Amino acid sequence: MLDLNTKKIKKNAYRITKVRGETASRVRVPGGLLTADLLPLIQNIAESYGNGRIHLTTRQGFEIPGIKFTDMDAVNALLQPIIDKLGINQEIPGKGYTSAGTRNISACIGSNTCPFATYNTTNFAKRMEKEIFPNDLHFKVAFTGCANDCIKTRMQDFGIIGMTEPQYQKERCMGCQACVKACKKKSVDALAVENYRIVRNTEKCVGCGECVINCPTRAWTRSPETYYRMVLMGRTGKRNPRLAEDFLVWATEDAIVKIIKNTYGFVNHYINREAPGGKEHIGYIIDRTGFEEYKKWAMEGVELDPRTIVKNPVYWGGIHYD
Amino acid sequence: MGYHTTPEKMNAIFSDLSKDYLIYAPKRFVGDGTFTDIDTIRYGEITDLAEIEFAEKSDYSFKEVLLPISETLFYFTENEMKEADPPKKGAIVFLRSCDLHGLKRMDTIYLENGAVDTYYKRLRDQTKFILIGCENSFDNCFCVSMGTQKSDDYDAYIKVDGQTVLVDSHWDVLDTALAGQAPAPVTPDSVTANDTVVTIPETVPQTLFDAPFWEDYGNRCIACGRCNFVCPTCTCFTMQDIFYTDNGKAGERRRVWASCHVDGYTDMAGGHAFRNDKGQRMRFKVMHKVNDYKRRFGSHMCIGCGRCDDVCPEYISFANCINKLNDLVNDTVKEEN
Repeated sequence: MLDLNTKKIKKNAYRITKVRGETASRVRVPGGLLTADLLPLIQNIAESYGNGRIHLTTRQGFEIPGIKFTDMDAVNALLQPIIDKLGINQEIPGKGYTSAGTRNISACIGSNTCPFATYNTTNFAKRMEKEIFPNDLHFKVAFTGCANDCIKTRMQDFGIIGMTEPQYQKERCMGCQACVKACKKKSVDALAVENYRIVRNTEKCVGCGECVINCPTRAWTRSPETYYRMVLMGRTGKRNPRLAEDFLVWATEDAIVKIIKNTYGFVNHYINREAPGGKEHIGYIIDRTGFEEYKKWAMEGVELDPRTIVKNPVYWGGIHYD
Repeated sequence: MGYHTTPEKMNAIFSDLSKDYLIYAPKRFVGDGTFTDIDTIRYGEITDLAEIEFAEKSDYSFKEVLLPISETLFYFTENEMKEADPPKKGAIVFLRSCDLHGLKRMDTIYLENGAVDTYYKRLRDQTKFILIGCENSFDNCFCVSMGTQKSDDYDAYIKVDGQTVLVDSHWDVLDTALAGQAPAPVTPDSVTANDTVVTIPETVPQTLFDAPFWEDYGNRCIACGRCNFVCPTCTCFTMQDIFYTDNGKAGERRRVWASCHVDGYTDMAGGHAFRNDKGQRMRFKVMHKVNDYKRRFGSHMCIGCGRCDDVCPEYISFANCINKLNDLVNDTVKEEN
């Protein structure tokens, strides 16, 4: 006879499934990068306690279905080395993931591998995981290396898009215009030629680094600092799916971390406790309070780089089905 | 004359020399590369031996010291013009044996190929060359195939070995500065073999001019010109006349690097361009490096540094192209016989 507290089970990163008596375990992999030695551990859980199958989640974790609720303690024990190896914050060792609201931090493959990435997305995702997990509030954060946005940050509550500020050393430029062609064809056409040299439209430039990638003489190089575009409150769902909108452009890592952490205070203050399951998405809360109120909370104590452009006000579009 | 000295002494000598010379050497430029967190090793000014990247091959050659990427030749306004001043100081350049052979190619083109290029000559005459030895061959090097693995045509050879600096000086100024240091025979390090071996065909029949062989390169080359820009023997330039935007009556003429792979190289008045096909551009470059130049000047132009193979974003191998061309030439000659 099963006698379960489903709320506790869900907070322990187990799902209430359609199959009576069966759950599924969600394994967090911050930044979507793990060492291969963890795969046999996941395989072992799936074969020992699941149905032998593993689902690759959209947030880059693993979901192991077909686990009996009665085996959750045993599965938690097997999860422990995975949790340890991936450096997941844990309130009670040995008890699995102690919260599930703040979702796995996703990231594209980033500058470890990708030639277009402007920063190490894995490292930033792991830092963010350390800063905000565990927490029961429903937050979705994703990191992408460049404006191509392969991880689809614009479908997240918080999307972080890498930017580099191209540095031009005109005496290293012979005017081949590889940068101009690349920017025009692959990016936003922010480069023009004046007296055989390149003029960058700083208002148009999205910091994708195509000029740097295509320059054959190192006339274009990356800024020592990495900058980020921070986009807010994209979402899927029944009522008003929409893409995230720009909030900060040319922002720094510390400002982004602070803003996301501040948002927990805002949500705690304004969340509708009567909402089904006590869950209300941040975007809908901001829709209720207005962006100005959110911004007040978000920017509390945030130090912005002088380069950072703050978009204000922020308006969202999307489709309204409600 | 050979000496053993210390880094401190050597740096002190360079400090004195820096009154008259800018010192250029391959340096690591952190994060300066094409991709994020990738360094570039290229030429820059140094003040200390410790700044020199001895352990790796430089991505770019020394040629930018003598042939700046962009160099103002003269200024003009209405009826008058004035040549740009030469640098106030001479230059000391650290470079490897292959590059030192590359210097001979540059000299041939700029000093011995018709009229002397005064802009090149005025830099060249004020430059001293210090050899860096090669204890090991690097990726894609084929200097041994090209016979450029050794050179004694240097002003000095310098090797830093822990707290000892080994110097072989051919330069009286350096001999004077090193007087009193322990004399010792010093022989430059050089390699005797490379992983990459290249066989150059003796002659390439004219019939291969339009061979399908080149079409593969036409499909692969993206005309970025990196192979030319990293090559110590690519010496092409083009001119840019600039009229200052504030005052169109004054301006300057610059010469800048040009590349036979980059669009526009063969553009002529009227819009005609005679090598639009990238495979034909590859043919032109390859034949120049290992055939045409030799027929005119007696040695191959290519010095086997392999930088073109290191840098090509499309993984086109110049070395492999020559070997494949050699096979093709052998097959063609057999057929004709």
